[in-house]
Amino acid sequence: MEKLEALHQNNKMNARLRKNSIWKSIFFLSTLFGLVVLAILIIRVLIQGLEWIDLEFITSRLSTQADKAGIMGAILGTLWVMVVVIPVTLIIGVGSAIYLELYSKKGKIQSFIETNIANLAGVPSIVYGLLGLTAFVRLMDLGNVVLAGGLTLALLVLPILIVSAQEALRAVPGHLSEASYGMGATKWQTIRKIILPAALPSILTGSILALSRAIGETAPLTVLGIPALLIPFPQGLLDTFTALPMQIYYWTLDSSLVAEYANLAAATIVILLLILFILNSIAIIIRNKYHQRN
Amino acid sequence: MSITTQKKVQIDVKNNDTTTESKTEQPRVVYDTKDLNLWYSETHALKDINLEVTENEVTAIIGPSGCGKSTYIKTLNRMVELVPGVGTTGTIAYKGKNILDNSMKVEDLRTQVGMVFQKPNPFPKSIYENVTYGPKIHGIKKKSLLDEIVENSLRGAAIWDEVKDRLNQNAYGLSGGQQQRVCIARCLAIEPDVILMDEPTSALDPISTLKVEELIKELKKKYTIIIVTHNMQQAARISDKTVFMLNGEVVEFSETDQLFSNPKDKRTEDYITGRFG
Ligand SMILES: Nc1ncnc2c1ncn2[C@@H]1O[C@H](COP(=O)(O)OP(=O)(O)OP(=O)(O)O)[C@@H](O)[C@H]1O
Ligand SMILES: [Mg+2]
Repeated sequence: MEKLEALHQNNKMNARLRKNSIWKSIFFLSTLFGLVVLAILIIRVLIQGLEWIDLEFITSRLSTQADKAGIMGAILGTLWVMVVVIPVTLIIGVGSAIYLELYSKKGKIQSFIETNIANLAGVPSIVYGLLGLTAFVRLMDLGNVVLAGGLTLALLVLPILIVSAQEALRAVPGHLSEASYGMGATKWQTIRKIILPAALPSILTGSILALSRAIGETAPLTVLGIPALLIPFPQGLLDTFTALPMQIYYWTLDSSLVAEYANLAAATIVILLLILFILNSIAIIIRNKYHQRN
Repeated sequence: MSITTQKKVQIDVKNNDTTTESKTEQPRVVYDTKDLNLWYSETHALKDINLEVTENEVTAIIGPSGCGKSTYIKTLNRMVELVPGVGTTGTIAYKGKNILDNSMKVEDLRTQVGMVFQKPNPFPKSIYENVTYGPKIHGIKKKSLLDEIVENSLRGAAIWDEVKDRLNQNAYGLSGGQQQRVCIARCLAIEPDVILMDEPTSALDPISTLKVEELIKELKKKYTIIIVTHNMQQAARISDKTVFMLNGEVVEFSETDQLFSNPKDKRTEDYITGRFG
C-alpha cells in the first residue's frame, strides 16, 4: 500500500517534469524564432549592401548614378536633427518628469496628465508627422527644414522620455532624499545633489533609447515632405535636409527603376544599424557601470 | 563657517557644565510637546502627547509596533510632513519656539536637529562626500575646514580609525555597522544640538550595536538625544528617561530606572515584562 502511494507520487512527479520541459522548449523556440528572423534580415541586408560600403559611399553626396552615390548628406541631416532633438527632449522631458514626480501634488489632475502622457507614447508616429506638418512646417512657416524635422521627432519621443525619466526618478530610494532633507537641505538641493545624480544613469539610458527611436523614424519625415533630392549639405537649423531613413525609403521605392538602388538602400541600412548599435551599446555600458556601483 | 566656530565654543561650555555645576542648575527643556495630535488622513496616529525633553539627556521611546514612535520622532524635525495628508494640532516648542506653526523655517530646524535612521542610509558617494554633504549644503566650501569637519565628525562617531585611510572610497563598501556610524558622523557634521535616532541599531549585529550604544553614551555629553528602540535592554542601558507609548498615547514617562523597576501603569508593567507587544 505504502509502496503504491509512493509510486503514484512518482508518476505525478514525472508528469510535472515532462510539463516543465515542454514549456521550456516552447519558450526556447519563441526566442529562437525571433533570433532567426532577425539574423536572416541582417544577413540579407549585409549580403546586399556590404560590398557597396566604402569610404566614398559614406563621404560622397547623393547622385542618380548608383556607383557614385553617397550618403554624406543624409548622415549630416540625421546629425543636425539630433542637434535639435537632444536638447529639446532632455530639457523638456527631464523637466516635466521632475515636476510631475517631485513637485506636483499627487492627485486626480496628476494622474490624468500621467495617463495621457503614457497614451501619447503609443500614438502612431505618422500622427506626429501630421502635427509637425501643421505646427512647424505650415503654422510657424519653417518649411521642411532641420528645425521642423527635429522638433517633430522631439515631440514623438518626448512621452517616452518623460515616462522613463519619471521611472528613473521614482526608483531613487526614498531613504536617500530623506537623509538629505534630514540635514536641512532644500528640495532643490536634494534634487540636484542626490536624486538627479542617482537617477542620471537610467535617465541617460532612457534618452539614448529614445534618441535611437528618433533616428530610425521615417513616417513623420515623409509626412513633413522631407526630400531625398540633390540638395546641398545642411549647414544649419534652417536648411532643408534629408535623413538616413528617408534615404533608405526613397532608394527602396526607386529600386524598381534602378536595380542597384536596392544595394544602396541595404548599405544605408547597415550604416543606420551601426549607429543604432553604437548608441544602444553606450546605453548598456552606462547601465552596467551603474549597476556595478550598487 | 560661522556655525563651526560658534558651536565649538558652545560645546566647550557644555562640557564644563556637565562636569561641574549643571547638576545644580535648572535643566533646560529642549523640546516641550503640548497636546500634540497627529493624523495620517484618517488614522489618528498621535493622541494628546505631552512630553518634555531635557538637554544633554538620552530620552528613549519604547512601545509595540505601530504605536506611533516613529511618527512622533519624525514630527520633532517635521520629516513627517513628507507624507501627504498629515495634519497636526497642539504645539511642539523647540527651545521656546513652536515648530508646528511655520514660524521657524523647516531647513533651519533640521540643521539644529539631526536624524539617524533605522536602516543605514549613506549616499552612494565617498565617505568624505557623505560627511561633507551637510556642511556643503549650508555653504561651507573651504577645503581645510571641510577636512577638519570630516575628521572631527568621524572621530565623534568613533569610526575615524576604521576609515581614515579610505575616505575617498564609496560608503557602500562599508559594513552595516560602519555605515551607520558614518551616518551618525554625517549627522554630527552639521553640528546639531539634538540627534533623533529611529531604531538606529535594529539593522546591526550585536557587536556593532554595542559600539553604537557606547557612542550614544559618549554623544550625550554634547548633544540631546532622542532614541526610538524596540530593545528594552538597550533603553535601560543607555537612556536617562524613557517614554512608553501605546496606540498613539504616552502611557508613562519617567526616569528610566524608575520606569523599568517600578512602573506606575499596569500596561507599562505588562509591556516590559513581555506580557504583550
Ligand atoms: N505614511 C503613513 N501613512 C499612513 N499611516 C501611517 C504612515 N506611517 C505610519 N502610519 C500609521 O501610523 C501609526 C503609527 O506608525 P509608526 O510608524 O509611527 O509606528 P512605530 O511605533 O514607529 O512602529 P514600529 O515599531 O513598527 O516602527 C500606525 O498605525 C501606522 O499604520
Ligand atoms: Mg518605527
